[in-house]
Amino acid sequence: MQHAALPTYRIDASQPDRHGRAMADLTGGLTGWRLAWALAQLDLRNRYRGSVIGPFWVTLSTAAMVGGLGLLYSQLFRMDLATYLPHLVTSLIVWNALAAMVADATTCMTSVEGVIRQLRLPLTTHALRCVFRNALNVAHSVPLILIVFALVGHWPGAAGLLALPGLAILGVNAVATALFLGMLCARFRDIGQIVANVMQMAFFLTPVIWKPELLGEKAKWLPLNPFYTMLELVRGPLVEGGGSLLVWLAALGYSAALAAVALAFFIRFRNRVAFWV
Amino acid sequence: MASITARGLRIEFPLYHLAARSLKKRLLAKAAIRLKTDESNRVVVSALQDLSFDIRRGERVALVGTNGAGKTTLLRTLAGIFEPVAGTLEVVGEVGSLIDPGAGIDSDSTGRENIRLRGLYRGMDEAQIATLEEDAAAFSGLGEFLDMPTRGYSAGMQVRLSFALATAMAPHILLMDEWFLAGDADFMAKAEARLARLVTGADILVIATHDMAVVRRWCTRVIKMEQGRIVADGSVEDILGPAP
Repeated sequence: MQHAALPTYRIDASQPDRHGRAMADLTGGLTGWRLAWALAQLDLRNRYRGSVIGPFWVTLSTAAMVGGLGLLYSQLFRMDLATYLPHLVTSLIVWNALAAMVADATTCMTSVEGVIRQLRLPLTTHALRCVFRNALNVAHSVPLILIVFALVGHWPGAAGLLALPGLAILGVNAVATALFLGMLCARFRDIGQIVANVMQMAFFLTPVIWKPELLGEKAKWLPLNPFYTMLELVRGPLVEGGGSLLVWLAALGYSAALAAVALAFFIRFRNRVAFWV
Repeated sequence: MASITARGLRIEFPLYHLAARSLKKRLLAKAAIRLKTDESNRVVVSALQDLSFDIRRGERVALVGTNGAGKTTLLRTLAGIFEPVAGTLEVVGEVGSLIDPGAGIDSDSTGRENIRLRGLYRGMDEAQIATLEEDAAAFSGLGEFLDMPTRGYSAGMQVRLSFALATAMAPHILLMDEWFLAGDADFMAKAEARLARLVTGADILVIATHDMAVVRRWCTRVIKMEQGRIVADGSVEDILGPAP
C-alpha cells in the first residue's frame, strides 16, 4: 500500500515511450511556470546587478536609436516624421525583442548545464525561463511605444486590440524557438554562430527601419520573409490598422511549421540533452 | 517502501566534440574495451555496462572504484538524469541528490533566497517552503551568513547549505557524491546524525566515495565498480576485509 504512495521513476530502454515522456515534460514545465517565472526574475536581477536604472538602459538606448534613426531616415526616405516614427518605434522594439529572444534561445540549455545534470526538471522549464526573462526585458520598452504614439498623435483604435492575439502567437513561437534552438545548439555548438549571422542578415532584409511601401510593386513578395510576418503581428494592429489577412495567415503558417519541427525534435531527442550540455 | 531495482542497465556517452579522426582512431586503439563507434559512426564511451542490482530499504550503499569507474554516472542515472540505452531501472521513492554542490544554487542570491528557490525547484507550495526554510536554516548553522549572497561563502559553507537543502525534506533516497566531505568536524558530526536518522527511517543512501573510513563508518554495503561494471557487491567486511 505504501508502495503506491511513493513517487516512482521507471524507465525501460526497450520501451522508450518518447512521445509520452515529451508530453509529460511539456505539461510539467507549463504547469510549473511559477518556477520558470521566479528564475526569470532572478536572471533579470542578476544581469543588471549594481546598475542604477537596470533594464531601463535598454529603454534608453532604444529611445536614442528611435530619435536618431527617426530624424535621419525620415529625411533619407523623404517621409513625414509623424507617420514614420510610430512605424520605427514599434519595429525596433519588436525586432530587438525577437533578435534577443533568438540569441538567448541558442544558449538556454547550455547555460543551465549544472541544473540539467543534477535535477530531473522538465526541459520546458528552462525554455520557459528564457522566454519569461526576454518578455520581462522587453516589457521595459513598451512605455516608449506609448510615448511616441502620444507625441505624434497616433491612435491605433480598436484594431490595436489585434496585437494581443499577435503577442500570443509570438509567445508560442518563442517557446518553440527556445526548445528547438536550445537543444540544437547544445548538440552542435556552431549553430549559435550561424544563427547570429542569419539574424544580422535578416535585420537588413526585413522592413524594420524601412517601410514595406518603399518596395513598391515588389512588396507583395514580403510575406515570404517569416520575420516580416512576425513583426506584422504587432506592427499591423498598432500602426497599420490591423495588417493584411495574407500576412496573418502566413504568420500562422510559419508558426505552425516551427512548432511542428520543434515538437518533433523535442520528442525524438529530449532524453539526449543531458549528454549534450 | 523505497527501493532501487536495476536490470542490465547500460549507459553510453557520446563524445561529440571529438572530431579529429586520427585522435579518434588512436583512442580506439588504446581503449578498445570502453570506447567504440556506434552505428552512426560516433565515438561513444560505455560508461555503464549491464549493471544489475537491487537496493532495499535501510541499505547504505557505498560506490567505490577508481576515477572514471562510472560512480557519478550511476548516481546521475539513479537520479533520472541520464536515460539508459538498454536495461530497465525502477526507483521508488523521492530522490534527493547531492551530485554537484553548485547546481540549482544561484550565487548572486542569499542563502535564504536559495532555500526558497530550491523549494520552487521541488514544486513546493508556500507552507512547505516555509518549513524548508526553517529546517535548512537551522541545520546549516550559517547564522547571519544566510542573508548574504552565496557568492561570498567558503567551500565548507556551500556544502552546509547544499547538504541542508538536499536532506531537509527527508527524501526517501539520498544520492551523494563525495564532495560533501569538505565540511568541518562539527558539520560532519551533524551530517552523520542526520543521515543516520534518514536511514533508520527505512530509506536508502547511495554514496560515491574514495574514503574507506567513510565507507566503514556510514555504509552497510559496498558496490565496487571498474570500467563501468560491477566487480564486487557485498557487505563492507566482505569487500574491504575486516576493520583494521
